[in-house]
Amino acid sequence: MSALRTVLGRELRLAVRSGGGAGLGLAFFLIIVLLVPFGTGPEPERLATVAAGTLWIAALLSCLLSLDRLFQTDYEDGTLDVLVLSPVPLEALVAVKAFAHWLTTGLPLLVVAPVLGVTLNLAVEAQPWLVLSLALGTPGLSFLGAIGGALTLGLRRGGLLLSILVLPLYIPTLILGAMAVGQAADGQDPSTSLFLLAGLTVFILAMAPFAAAAALRVSLR
Amino acid sequence: MVLTVSNLDCDRSGRPVLRGVGFDLEPGRVLFLRGPNGCGKSTLLRCVCGLLPISGGEIEVAGVRMAREPDACVERMAYAGHLDAIKPQLTVAENLEFWAGLFGTGDAGAALEAFDLRGIADRPAHFCSAGQKRRLGLARLLVARREIWLLDEPTVSLDTDAAALLAGAVRVHCEAGGAALIATHDDLALPHSDVLRLEPVRMATVAPASNPFLEGAGF
Repeated sequence: MSALRTVLGRELRLAVRSGGGAGLGLAFFLIIVLLVPFGTGPEPERLATVAAGTLWIAALLSCLLSLDRLFQTDYEDGTLDVLVLSPVPLEALVAVKAFAHWLTTGLPLLVVAPVLGVTLNLAVEAQPWLVLSLALGTPGLSFLGAIGGALTLGLRRGGLLLSILVLPLYIPTLILGAMAVGQAADGQDPSTSLFLLAGLTVFILAMAPFAAAAALRVSLR
Repeated sequence: MVLTVSNLDCDRSGRPVLRGVGFDLEPGRVLFLRGPNGCGKSTLLRCVCGLLPISGGEIEVAGVRMAREPDACVERMAYAGHLDAIKPQLTVAENLEFWAGLFGTGDAGAALEAFDLRGIADRPAHFCSAGQKRRLGLARLLVARREIWLLDEPTVSLDTDAAALLAGAVRVHCEAGGAALIATHDDLALPHSDVLRLEPVRMATVAPASNPFLEGAGF
């Protein structure tokens, strides 16, 4: 366990230090959400109808932004070779790295999402549900992204291919997350969507480390 | 015998790189891999520690077959390749402490000392010279505390003093019962060492891969 804590500490430290890009995802999220009123027009009613979907799509894209660095830098500087030979199972390492990715990209979104919800005229009663749906859904995004990052390891322009591979896998999370927020905004009970979203995330968290570790082993050859 | 490799074959993208390589490594001994560029020294090292799949032959570590129990075998090896596995954003000491924590060996101080890194311990690795980075990469071997060292061109960008530090570290490692497999063109002046000379695999000496579409075609 202490070895895994060491890896987590290192991942967070690297993300916060220069060039780590911890703040980039957050800034990207802000910009995308603030661009939407320019595209759709600033009428509050119109913004309210697209608010839930916009916030969720922005969350997907900002998560995607830093995924190609998840394994790529470790691969390029030889760290991955040594990690594979370490006593820690590769599946556990992948899980810790994906968790660290969520801590640095997903978690900050939960904090700013309510503010942006107000900007997009999202109904007040939907605000807590927005935060809850992001909290339940975004860990799955980081873990699914780990599979894509492992598959595209060592490829030139792997980041573009990564987006094409991973974005379709995000569709179920997007549907359930945006639906929960939309239902809450319409005064309906969003708990069914949230339960399904939580179930989906649990499934992803259980499956993704094994898939990503298998992909890493193939990519390293 | 801590490491036995017999009749090892390795292909990369269908091209034969190693054919019938075999050697024994006893505790306390060093085996130098020599041979021209491209003869498969790096490939052999990566095969031995399981980073590359082998296509034939057998690797045994302390009597345990690698094919049967890869984890038990790999846990006895420490590998230092061409890349130093260093994060430029972290300081020298932080880099080493991370590896010490990962390998569960705790203290990085002795390794800093052994490769004369104490003076630059607080410097971000970004500002280190190539030789300093290499020393830091080699110091990782000491914190990993593994029986078999696999070193790929460890003396690249080291000056004579640093090469002597490396030779000293290998000597101490061997005296403690460890063994090392070192691919290098330099002479490290180590006692108890053997040399394995690798020759490039010539395509002509290799039987052409059987092609089911050409079978019975009459040539």
